[in-house]
Amino acid sequence: MLGRTLREVSVALKQGQITPTELCQKCLSLIKKTKFLNAYITVSEEVALKQAEESEERYKKGHSLGELDGIPVAVKDNFSTTGIKTTCASNMLKGYVPPYNATVVQKLLDQGALLMGKTNLDEFAMGSGSTDGVFGPVKNPWSYSKQYREKRKQKPHDENEDTNWLITGGSSGGSAAAVSAFTCFAALGSDTGGSTRNPAGLCGVVGLKPTYGLVSRYGLIPLVNSMDVPGILTRCVDDAATVLGVLAGHDCKDSTTVQDPVKSFILPSLTDVSKLCIGIPKEYLVPELSSEVQSLWSKAAKLFESEGAKVIEVSLPHTSYSIVCYHVLCTSEVASNMARFDGLEYGHRCDINVSTEAMYAATRREGFNDVVRGRILSGNFFLLKENYENYFIKAQKVRRLIANDFVNVFNSGVDVLLTPTTLSEAVPYVEFIKEDNRTRSAQGDIFTQAVNMAGLPAVSVPMALSNQGLPIGLQFIGRAFCDQQLLTVAKWFEKQVQFPVIQLQEIIGDCSSVFENDLASVSVKQ
Amino acid sequence: MAAPMLRWCCPARRWILANIDRGPRHGRGAPTGSGSSGKRGQSSVAQQLLATAQKPRKGEHQWAAVVGLEIHAQISSNSKLFSGSQVHFAAPPNSLVSFFDASLPGTLPVLNRRCVEAAVMTGLALNCHINKKSLFDRKHYFYADLPAGYQITQQRLPIAVKGSLAYSVFVGKNRNQVINKTVRIKQIQLEQDSGKSLHDDLRSQTLIDLNRAGVGLLEVVLEPDMSCGEEAATAVRELQLILQALGTSQANMAEGQLRVDANISVHHPGEPLGVRTEVKNLNSARFLAKAIDYEIQRQIEELENGGEILNETRSFDCKLGCTVPMRDKEGKQDYRFIPEPNLPPLLLYDSASLPAGADPQQVINIDQLREQLPELPSVTREKLVQQYGMLPEHSFTLLNEVGLLEFFQNVMKETRAEPKKVTSWVLNTFLGFLKQQNLAVSESPVTPSALAELLNLLDQKIISSAAAKKVFEELWRSGGKTPAQIVSEKRLELMQDQEALEELCQATMEKHPQVVMDLKKGNPRAINKLIGLVRKATLNRADPTVIKEMLERQLSS
Repeated sequence: MLGRTLREVSVALKQGQITPTELCQKCLSLIKKTKFLNAYITVSEEVALKQAEESEERYKKGHSLGELDGIPVAVKDNFSTTGIKTTCASNMLKGYVPPYNATVVQKLLDQGALLMGKTNLDEFAMGSGSTDGVFGPVKNPWSYSKQYREKRKQKPHDENEDTNWLITGGSSGGSAAAVSAFTCFAALGSDTGGSTRNPAGLCGVVGLKPTYGLVSRYGLIPLVNSMDVPGILTRCVDDAATVLGVLAGHDCKDSTTVQDPVKSFILPSLTDVSKLCIGIPKEYLVPELSSEVQSLWSKAAKLFESEGAKVIEVSLPHTSYSIVCYHVLCTSEVASNMARFDGLEYGHRCDINVSTEAMYAATRREGFNDVVRGRILSGNFFLLKENYENYFIKAQKVRRLIANDFVNVFNSGVDVLLTPTTLSEAVPYVEFIKEDNRTRSAQGDIFTQAVNMAGLPAVSVPMALSNQGLPIGLQFIGRAFCDQQLLTVAKWFEKQVQFPVIQLQEIIGDCSSVFENDLASVSVKQ
Repeated sequence: MAAPMLRWCCPARRWILANIDRGPRHGRGAPTGSGSSGKRGQSSVAQQLLATAQKPRKGEHQWAAVVGLEIHAQISSNSKLFSGSQVHFAAPPNSLVSFFDASLPGTLPVLNRRCVEAAVMTGLALNCHINKKSLFDRKHYFYADLPAGYQITQQRLPIAVKGSLAYSVFVGKNRNQVINKTVRIKQIQLEQDSGKSLHDDLRSQTLIDLNRAGVGLLEVVLEPDMSCGEEAATAVRELQLILQALGTSQANMAEGQLRVDANISVHHPGEPLGVRTEVKNLNSARFLAKAIDYEIQRQIEELENGGEILNETRSFDCKLGCTVPMRDKEGKQDYRFIPEPNLPPLLLYDSASLPAGADPQQVINIDQLREQLPELPSVTREKLVQQYGMLPEHSFTLLNEVGLLEFFQNVMKETRAEPKKVTSWVLNTFLGFLKQQNLAVSESPVTPSALAELLNLLDQKIISSAAAKKVFEELWRSGGKTPAQIVSEKRLELMQDQEALEELCQATMEKHPQVVMDLKKGNPRAINKLIGLVRKATLNRADPTVIKEMLERQLSS
């Protein structure tokens, strides 16, 4: 039952094959079994069970609220949740309990979804590994998959098996791991430079970054307001579309959401791609790209071509400036957004009280990790009066050029761009932490970040397993507010590639009950 | 969305910051985008000499003072600039605080339409160019009552620019010579107010009240076109009247709805402008004028004694009547402005550019607001002069006192007395009594109707002017009685019995032969003595002109 997609399980709930409470308990039990993945910071068991109970009542009366009623979901721990701790994986917000729900959370709850818990991330979503949060790194479920383990057995044995677990990517690694390990059917991430798509790619799930302005940011604790978008992580493209349908639309609490009414996101099953034009940006073929990813990328392009689509090479000439430009804009907004964490109104406060300034300084030193503090420092440097023109203004201009690159390509008749999501498959934690956060983020976001600069929709879809047995995802980028078209293409692709299901029998024990569609299977309960 | 969100911290700790220092605050309402004084344009008005501050000493150059103002007016609106919290003066601390006002992470600003309309109306009334596109920016500085660590303001592109404010100062011995002046308005910008810090010296702690945090402000920047405290105070008073007429701000200085910072420098006419100082937080018109004049004098003396003026921020000590430097700690403050990413550009329309089929709730039409502008004080004054033949200075006084114009107009409605008489009674007698007892018009014990009735009695010659004054005093003292009642109780009506009066005159002359002799000898002043004696005999109930006529007739007969 847990192996099903959101839509499948929704049908099962409707048909009474399983009750919301049973489903909730199965997920809770799996969350416990996979606790070592560190995917969740807070498990909201009581809340979820109560919501399940209410959902069950509705199903009994035949008044279900829709496709999400009774569906276990998880939410990245940088979305505000009423009465549930929202930490941003930071000492600064440890123990902070928001008094309100983020709009996207409220929308999920209004549809009857069950909130299983809050997922782990890099502190304040600053990172691309989900390794830099105060609650420790998230482990990629694929580290424990049958597919990966079998490949590893063929290689010389490592000294210490336990230290060789893989990162999830980030910063929404907790959400990606939660979906990948079957502990929920959909999860919210956030995406500022690739934070949803990157871990989706490395964890073998679908990761959607909707068009900026389509989904409300109210209640999402910001990283870069002008680039942040709530992301959606699911096990298939259709599920992402279903969740997007619930989340999208104007929010009077977020002035940057579009006023126009939102159309449906139900995806047609594309049978003919011959009218499609797929663009392959040549600048995305970088030396650091692993040969395996590169060959899958070509394979995907050929797949479209062989089915009649027009596949052309396109140019996004300002791509190489994206990383440095992002660095300036991101850190500047971070410096501004983080100014509110002063220990006065909420969150951590130090014991020093000799002066207000000393209190601020110590509170912020204790509350933020090096990465956050480093970005605040750089951002404030870029915003200084004497630097503003040379850094911030220039970066804004470059941002416009990068956005225009996409406009030009789409104006030339391209419907969707096809690119890699990441440079390679997931790497072991011990490898990953050899580089500093900034370098890692720059590498991790290389294919994803320009999309945020331009506000476009993009989705990472898992394509195949690498030689090591690890997932590799590819990214589709669409026109602004053409999220449905983008997902329709992604859905066609997903169907063609038939990405294998993760086999987690080793860590979640006898999985016969987990994956079978057996009506009464509740044996996963502890 | 009020206080109940305080649940995440224990009550005892709410907003309390123990043992913090009380250093000066930086940047409260500081000018945006203002550089050094040298950047300011030189104005012709600035050349004007200031009588009090610029008396040239022997062999010295003359000095000219240059004064610019930054005025923060709290917008009169039901809710705050970017949140739904209500706006009330003197509400219980932290009772009007939304999640946004407390800067809870993840909250976003939503612009209040009313505040935008208030800014546009104020801009129009001050002859500004209204920018159809304006932008919001964040201005950063750390302060305990600035929860987000930044203030949302309009640094790059404010909502209104390039306006002017006309005002009049009165000069001459009797201050009845009108000089019309104009000060240019650089810009009007929308911005957030901060909270309030309440310092508890006994327990050496600071308490924060966020009720005011996020209230909409209009920052009106007046160019340095003024040259003394009185000019500045008069310009501010005129602005205050305009804001009140528009209803865009209550503009009550005592309640902090109007706060003024002054930029002051002195120089020799024809030479570059001097280094300026900024005097902050001037909370009454009187202190504003005093502070500016003091500061001008101080700068002149400083320069004449070979000193130099520092580009510093000073505050006015109203007890000592002088300005003192605010301890500037770290020196230069960099506000690290950044565009506010959560607010799209603010777009305004006029009837020509209004998009077809636009939702009226979502757009603001400048032309429509222009049509709705109420009568401005300058027009009201002109009408008074035209309609009642009033002296211009009287029309100013009528408008300058809160409620006085309305009082005057209500008296006019109910009396047959001449407008000049009414004006004189309202401005001299009535206002005199108010001033003496330090009362507002609304606190007056005498109603407009009572004064109107009193003036009718006077107009009909039922009472004398002197008696009228007595009746007024009585009205003031014992509210509730009508003038007619007082007149009859105190027997103040004029003697209507001519024969009796004739007899009194006769009797008085007989009793004072010496005075009559003086008069006959050619001392014309002696008749006044007789008039006085007769009036006394009538208990002041006779018209002295009538008495005089009778006496003269009797003497010559």
